[in-house]
Amino acid sequence: MIRLEFPARTDYLSVVRAVVGNVAHHGPDLDPLRVNDLVLAVSEACANAIDAYRDDGQPGATVEVDVRVADDSIAVEVVDQAGGFKLGRARPTAPTAHPHRERGLGLPLMQVLTDEMEVAATDGGTAVRLVMVGAGRRR
Amino acid sequence: VVDLGVEVSKQDGTAVLTVTGEIDIATAPRLREQVVTLVGQGETRIVVDMEGVDFIDSTGLGALVGALKRVRTQGGELAIVCTRPRLLKVFEITGLVRVFEIHETLGAAVAATSRGTA
Repeated sequence: MIRLEFPARTDYLSVVRAVVGNVAHHGPDLDPLRVNDLVLAVSEACANAIDAYRDDGQPGATVEVDVRVADDSIAVEVVDQAGGFKLGRARPTAPTAHPHRERGLGLPLMQVLTDEMEVAATDGGTAVRLVMVGAGRRR
Repeated sequence: VVDLGVEVSKQDGTAVLTVTGEIDIATAPRLREQVVTLVGQGETRIVVDMEGVDFIDSTGLGALVGALKRVRTQGGELAIVCTRPRLLKVFEITGLVRVFEIHETLGAAVAATSRGTA
């Protein structure tokens, strides 16, 4: 497992994307477009965590990203301690439901981009699990 | 580390924004500001050339939608140049392919912003 911990600041997202992208390239048999899908989904999850910390009055607190590579899949978990998932703040909707809103596309995007997405309330925050399955298992 | 380049040029009366790098929650405000400035200067035909863009997230898409609304409110038009599969896929899954004029060449995009507004 590879664990990244970074301050909840948007200027770290590029680094997180680069790391997850590199690991995914070397992991299961994913084509480059699907690697990019996973990278985008992880970036959205991290951006939500950063927003959540800001809303919770803890800007710059730690976001944790765990990447687990198996033979036939890659699972990325994004964990924050920002007080919990607020349904009213980010309700999953169809990706095109609000095309003119500048935020809020994140959750539906994550759902569409990955093979599995799970959002769980943890003790003090939220954990988002994003899974991509390798080409071998999809056949 | 996050890098976004936005260069402005002019072609056949259309303002061309050549964007390079990553458009995400950190950098999208710069793109938004550039569009606000251009529209403020009276530019209502805008092309966003994304051939040098490596990544776009939902905030970046939001900035493009905001730019489109802004120019249309002024009676103008905005078109995008994009052939990169990873970006086109994001436009497709969000349904934004039906919202934007997306072209394969700069020439076609510039022509699209001139149609009906000349």
